[in-house]
Amino acid sequence: MNGRVGALLAALLAAMLIVAIALAPAGLGETGIRADFAARNLAPQSGHLFGTDQMGRDMLARSLHGLALSLEIGLIAAGLSVAIAILMATLSGLGRGTDRIAGFVTDAMLAMPHLMLLILISFALGGGTAAVVIAVAISHWPRLARILRAELLQVAAAPYIETSRALGRSRVFIIRHHILPHLLPQALVGFLLMFPHAILHEAGLTFLGFGLEPSRPAIGVMLTEAMRHISAGRWWLALFPGAMLLALVLAFETLGSALRRLITPREAQC
Amino acid sequence: MLEAHDLAAGFDGRTLFDGVTFALESGRIMGLCGASGAGKTTLGRVIAGLHRPSAGVVRIDGQQPASGKAQPVQYLHQSPLAAMNPRWKIRCILAEAGQPEAGLLTAFGVDAEWMGRFPHELSGGQLQRISILRALTANPRYLIADEITAPLDPVSQARIWHLLGQIARSKQIGILAISHDRALLDRICCQGRFELGQRGLIRHEAAGPVGVIDPDPAGRSARSAGRTAVRC
Repeated sequence: MNGRVGALLAALLAAMLIVAIALAPAGLGETGIRADFAARNLAPQSGHLFGTDQMGRDMLARSLHGLALSLEIGLIAAGLSVAIAILMATLSGLGRGTDRIAGFVTDAMLAMPHLMLLILISFALGGGTAAVVIAVAISHWPRLARILRAELLQVAAAPYIETSRALGRSRVFIIRHHILPHLLPQALVGFLLMFPHAILHEAGLTFLGFGLEPSRPAIGVMLTEAMRHISAGRWWLALFPGAMLLALVLAFETLGSALRRLITPREAQC
Repeated sequence: MLEAHDLAAGFDGRTLFDGVTFALESGRIMGLCGASGAGKTTLGRVIAGLHRPSAGVVRIDGQQPASGKAQPVQYLHQSPLAAMNPRWKIRCILAEAGQPEAGLLTAFGVDAEWMGRFPHELSGGQLQRISILRALTANPRYLIADEITAPLDPVSQARIWHLLGQIARSKQIGILAISHDRALLDRICCQGRFELGQRGLIRHEAAGPVGVIDPDPAGRSARSAGRTAVRC
């Protein structure tokens, strides 16, 4: 089995796990959301593998609901953020004038305190899922845009770019066919790093009261609630949602590295 | 005819050379040598339009080449690997210049099986042949061959220069061959060998017979291939 086949299998496994998590809430229905006061604060046991919380909700079902929600918010927020970063990096690649504009906007965004920007945007949009997604997307792209711009400048200086120009290829062709495919692995890594970050910010905003409604089963909400109960010995409230979040992030990382190997032919053979 | 008038170039205000004036005729090979750092590559890049000269002008048939289309002067890099997108297969790399002539594919010994390979999956000699083929597919009037056979063994060198000599004559393409190897330049250059110094070019007449190297089709030793010279 060579590197490419191995990477493809790893990517498929990780993708399957992510899809399974995304589809889980459909099968669970109301389990994990509706309170059952007859089964409050149960430790992990056969009926409730991850135990139950102070309102008697099954933590396994609740964690799966939370992961699906985090997945949705993280994916959209990080995806939007990466899209903005790629757009700004592409602007940098179009010419000196556009590079200056893109650089100014990126610097201006970086100059603003991160958390304050998040709170302001989320507050201005009235809170809720859409507000969190937009706030995280708008406040997180500048760092990745910087990395992508540096990568773009390096690729743009490669001899095959000047050869392409000498062969009569247009600037748009060069950006689309030569430069953007080289930025993809960096964008992918940026996306993967941004994904857990987005989830954490979602939890942070929710904790401060500008994010998701507390009734929604987000992992961030669960971990914040667990902080209050962990001193009472209810370790399962924090451990299982946290471990499942970790598994989801690891699945993304496996998917990301496998895809990077697949789209970098030389690396796949090493 | 490619004419360079009073060219000067350098980096960061430091002049590498100035007063370079020469003319390269179609279908002829001109040699360029010089000490390391004298500016041979920079001169080649200036002529190909890849580096802006600090003074002087390059004209082809009295006109300056227009940008935005396939350039009449194509520059061949010493390392063909660097001049090819590592994510592209040979098929796409060649297609970037257009559809290569079937006759050229055969002449360069390009195996159909190479088309599905990535650049790093070919040897240096094979890759340089692809690089030359790509440049020729763009129908250039002139080629700048910057140390294109330096890392190759003598047999591969001979094969490539023999082919280039034939193509230069048949397609009337002028070639500026840049090399440290004065003996090689004396063999392949019918328009003479020039030495690049700070004050321009100095012409050196070749000592031996000027001609194109025989690629040694009978498979004799590499050394004997390097010695054989035929008509230009």
